[in-house]
This record gives sequence, C-alpha cells and structure tokens, in this order.
Amino acid sequence: MTKEMNLEERFQAYVDGENKVEPKDWMPEKYRKTLIRQISQHAHSEVVGMLPEANWITRAPSLRRKVALLAKVQDEAGHGLYLYSAAETLGADRMDMVDDLLTGKAKYSSIFNYPTPTWADIGAIGWLVDGAAIANQVMLCRTSYGPYSRAMVRICKEESFHQRQGYEILMTLAQGTPEQKQMAQDALNRWWWPSLMMFGPTDDNSPNSAQSMKWKIKRKSNDELRQEFIDKTIPQAEYLGLSVPDPDLKWNEERGHYDFGTIDWEEFYQVIKGNGKCNKQRLRARQEAHAKGEWVREAANAYAEKQAVRKAKEGSAA
Amino acid sequence: MSSKDNWKIWEIFIRSRNGLSHKHVGSLHAPDAEMAIKNARDVYTRRSEGVSIWVVPSEAITASSPDEAEPLFTPSDDKVYRHPTFYEIPDEVGHM
Amino acid sequence: MKAQLLEYTLRLGDNALILGQRLGEWCGHGPILEQDIALSNIALDQLGQARMLMQYAAEQKGGDFTEDKVAFLRPETEYHNCLLVELENGDWGRTIVRQFLFDTYNYFFYSALLSSADNRLQEIAQKAIKEITYHAQWSAEWLIRLGDGTEESHQRVQRSLNDLWEWTGELFSMDAVDEALLAEGIAVNLAEIKVQWDQKVNEILSLATLKRPEDAWMQSGGKQGEHSEYLGYVLAVMQHLPRMYPEATW
Ligand SMILES: [Fe+2]
Ligand SMILES: [Fe+2]
Ligand SMILES: [Fe+2]
Repeated sequence: MTKEMNLEERFQAYVDGENKVEPKDWMPEKYRKTLIRQISQHAHSEVVGMLPEANWITRAPSLRRKVALLAKVQDEAGHGLYLYSAAETLGADRMDMVDDLLTGKAKYSSIFNYPTPTWADIGAIGWLVDGAAIANQVMLCRTSYGPYSRAMVRICKEESFHQRQGYEILMTLAQGTPEQKQMAQDALNRWWWPSLMMFGPTDDNSPNSAQSMKWKIKRKSNDELRQEFIDKTIPQAEYLGLSVPDPDLKWNEERGHYDFGTIDWEEFYQVIKGNGKCNKQRLRARQEAHAKGEWVREAANAYAEKQAVRKAKEGSAA
Repeated sequence: MSSKDNWKIWEIFIRSRNGLSHKHVGSLHAPDAEMAIKNARDVYTRRSEGVSIWVVPSEAITASSPDEAEPLFTPSDDKVYRHPTFYEIPDEVGHM
Repeated sequence: MKAQLLEYTLRLGDNALILGQRLGEWCGHGPILEQDIALSNIALDQLGQARMLMQYAAEQKGGDFTEDKVAFLRPETEYHNCLLVELENGDWGRTIVRQFLFDTYNYFFYSALLSSADNRLQEIAQKAIKEITYHAQWSAEWLIRLGDGTEESHQRVQRSLNDLWEWTGELFSMDAVDEALLAEGIAVNLAEIKVQWDQKVNEILSLATLKRPEDAWMQSGGKQGEHSEYLGYVLAVMQHLPRMYPEATW
C-alpha cells in the first residue's frame, strides 16, 4: 500500500517536472485506463469523422476541390490509425477498440452526427470543426504520454491544410453568387454552435477534467479552449462577410475576449445519447464496412500463413 | 472478436533521406511483411517523408526494461572523459 | 487529326476520371484503415492524371474551356472512357479484380505512350507511369492474396473475374481514331498491348490459383460514347452542383 502510494507520488512528481511517460514506464492503472479511453475515443472520432465529408467526394464541384477533399478525408483515416497505434502501446487491441465503437459501447465526437446537406457544409467543417479539433490537438502535443504526444505532433502537421481548404471553400462561396453566399451563411448557422460544443461541457460540469489536468494529459480546460477558439474565429467570419448566429456575441474590452451566448447543452446531451440526425447512419456505415471487410482481412491472413509455410519449406529443402 | 481477421502489428522505421538513419515513426497492421511495407508507404510517407522503409513485427522487438534504466544508463553519466570538453587545449591551437 | 487527338485525350482522361470517381466511393468504407488509405491514394493518382489530361483537352478545345468545364459539363454520350471503369464497385474483391484488369492494361498502355509522338501525351505518360507501375503491383498482389486466400475469398474473386471478363475486350479494340493516330506515331498499338496483357494476366491468375475465363462475347462502345447504364448515375452525382449552378465558380 505505502509502496504503491510512493510510486504514485513519484509518478506525479515526474509528470510535474514536464517529463514524458513512455509505454513501459510504471504508471497508475487509472492513468492507463483514462488514456486508453481518451485516445480510442479520439481515434473513433477521426474515423467516424471521415463519413460526413466522404459522402461529398463524388459530388465535389471541381477537380481541384475533389482531390483536396479526398486527400483530407484520407488524412483523417491516417489520424485514426496513428491514434489506435498510440492506444496499442498501452496494451489495448485495435480490434477490441473497434468492437467497442461498433457495439455503441465507446463514444466518438458528437459533431459527426450532424448532416452535411450542402457543399458549403464541407467548407464549414474544414474551417470550424477542424479548427476546433486543431485547438484541442495543439494542446495535446504537450500531453504527458509520449506516444500520444508524438501522434499529435504528426497529426497537427497534417491538419494545417484541412482548415485552410475549408476556409477557402467558404471564401469562394461568400464571394460567389447570391445563392452561394446564402449557402455559406446557412452552413455557418448550422455548424457554429455544434463546433463550440466540441470542447465539451463547461468546466464546472466536467468532473473528469481535473484529474486529467493534474496528470497533464489535458493541458487546458474546456472553457479556456472554447474561448480561444471563439476569439480566433470571429475575425475570420468577419473577413468572410458572414455573421455568427449568436445575438449575444460581442467584444469585451475588459476581459480582452468575446462574450458569447449560452450553449444549448440539452441539444448536446441529446446528440450524445444517440438522437442526432445521423447517429444511426454513421454507426451503421462503420458496422457495414467492418463486417464487409471481414472476409478480406481473413483471406489476407490465410494467404500470409500459407506463404510463411511455403517459405519455411523452401528454406529446409535448400 | 474473431482473431482470424486480426492483422498483426508492425513497427515502422523510415529513413527520411539518404545520409540519415531510419527512425521509428509508429506502427500499423498488416498480414505480412510485403503488405506492411506497402501500408507504411501509404500511411507514413504520404508527404514524401521517406526514401526507405523498415518494417519489424512488434513481437520481434525486445525492449530494455525501464526498471533497469538506472543501471543501464547512469554508469556512463560520469564517464566525462568520453566527451571532448574534458580535455583542455589552448585557444591558440585552433579548433580541434 | 485535331478532332481525333482530342477524342483520344478524352478517352484517357475519362478513364482516369471515372475510375477515380468510382474509387472515391470507397473512402471511409474500406475493409481496414490501412487499405482505406491505400485505395484513396490510388484514387488520388487517377484524379491527378485526369486533371492533366482534362487540362490538355481544354487547351485543345480552346476558348474559355477549363479542366472543369471539360470534366463536368458533357452529356453521357460525349464521355469516352472504357466500360470497365464505370461498372459498380461491388465488394472489395470485385474492385480489386477490376483494378487488376485495368491497371495491367494501363501499365502496358502508358509504357507504350512514353514514346508517343505527341509531346504532351508523352510528358503526361512520364509522370503517370510511376504511379501506374505501383497500382499494377498493388492490385496484382491483392488478387493473388484473395485468390489464394480462403475458400470464400477464392470463390468471390473467381466470380467477379468471370463477371468482369466481357468488359475487357474493349480495351484492345482499335477503331478509326486509334488507327489514324497510330499512323502518326501518337497512339498506342493496342494489338501489341494485348499480347503483353495476356501474358501478365495469365501469370498472375496462375499465382492466384484462379481460372482465366473463356473468351466469349465482349462488350464494346464506351470509347465511342455508347455506355452502360452505370455511367449515367456516376455523372448525375458528379455533375449535379456545376449543372445546378451553371454561373458559379467553386
Ligand atoms: Fe484529424
Ligand atoms: Fe474504427
Ligand atoms: Fe482534419
């Protein structure tokens, strides 16, 4: 007991000294569990997050937009992969994690349960959703767990073009025909509030955050990140000539930040519960992809085994 | 979970350009080495990050244990004579 | 000559475009993340080739034609891709078989196009051949893996192979456009490609323990703009925005 306490204290001191924890280092069981849950949820979000945008690849209105979008969605698959890999260094198995997603046991970011009815939504996702994700991910580059932090550094490098391509789409629409401009404004109206919800509940309603901050898994609170995001995004919206759908939004000279209206947390919890427009559609898409891929994955393994046997035989014959 | 469709894990090492060593970049899943290489190319060199790839089954790696980190790595900490600054050469001699 | 070169450019461009469009449908739905990424890479290569060819076609058309105007705003009958690439994806095995049959053809085709008398086509081939060489390797490896994998995978790809075979004849049929440009040293001699393709396909099929289907009736017409029912749907999806807002830029 005292020895365990001792280890935990030493661990805390180690983390407090801004040292990185590596896979084989001793760590509190709860630290490991928290990380596995957070990293795998993050991975699921990347993978489910491909879907609302992927359904526009075939409909992208120019070849330049088409290749950019495909490359972007492909990157998200890569991000999912890097993150599953990071979780695997903690002893989790990717197949188990995927099963948790497919059976509804594990969560993913609620934002991807919103639909993308028009092309402007692709712009709004890149600008706002990737923008919000980047704010979170930049913070996570300094997370205390080494493999997670390294995955984040890689991801952040790749993310930089995602937000730019989204903003460029909206800029083109905002400067285009009246219909295009309307399309852009509607998309901003749809995505603004859900993007703010991406940072999670307010700090006083976020019970697990304190421990994560203490272990330096998380480095900034939900509210801090949300405020940063708003402060950065409003001038970008102004540049587009689009208006943010929040009548309470205004610059607060004293705080040096924007004040903003109340977030509809009821909507947030409803979507988490499964009542977003696309919850079922997204999960079904992942379930189908996984089920339809089973014979493929099995065949590849079977072939690899046969080949290994053949090689072994050749070896012993020679 | 059926394990028949579970591909094994490979550790990926990439040489970013000639003259540098291969560096660990992460891992991925593949049924065999050939596909592991192809997957590594698609996953880890999408932005021309590499000119050469090594793939190693994760299970083939033996790692030193962090508990032994002290005996393994501290003994060399005091071998200052392995470092050039240990030796005093007058400035007039020039860079050495 | 000019009209023929344009049609020839569009044939190559449309092959790349429509196949890229089809492969794009897989993104987010692949059998495993690693392969989702792999197939997206191939789709990106195809679309990249499509862009170079559409730009060349737009230049030939002159006026205010752009790569997008050429790619998006033609009626069904003015697309010149071969039928094989417009067929639906089916399961992973069917996509692999289609890819293998086409990549193998494309590899020999573009290898020959490297010595085309047309400078632009020759340049485009130089860029594309590296990508296509990789595609041909990738899809051949996958075909072998699935053919020689499990009982189920073997049956699935054999069925797809039997199914897709009738769409391969068109790849090698020479028409007036091919003949005229071949005489100028611009086009590829498809009869020569056929010999190489047969040899490679036989070699890979045997490694994959698959049976080569009998040559029976072969479908044709895609190159000349007579398509299957599938292309209309591909184009409806692809064209809908530019068609709905003809004044807009994106
Ligand atoms: Fe991402
Ligand atoms: Fe997943
Ligand atoms: Fe992203």
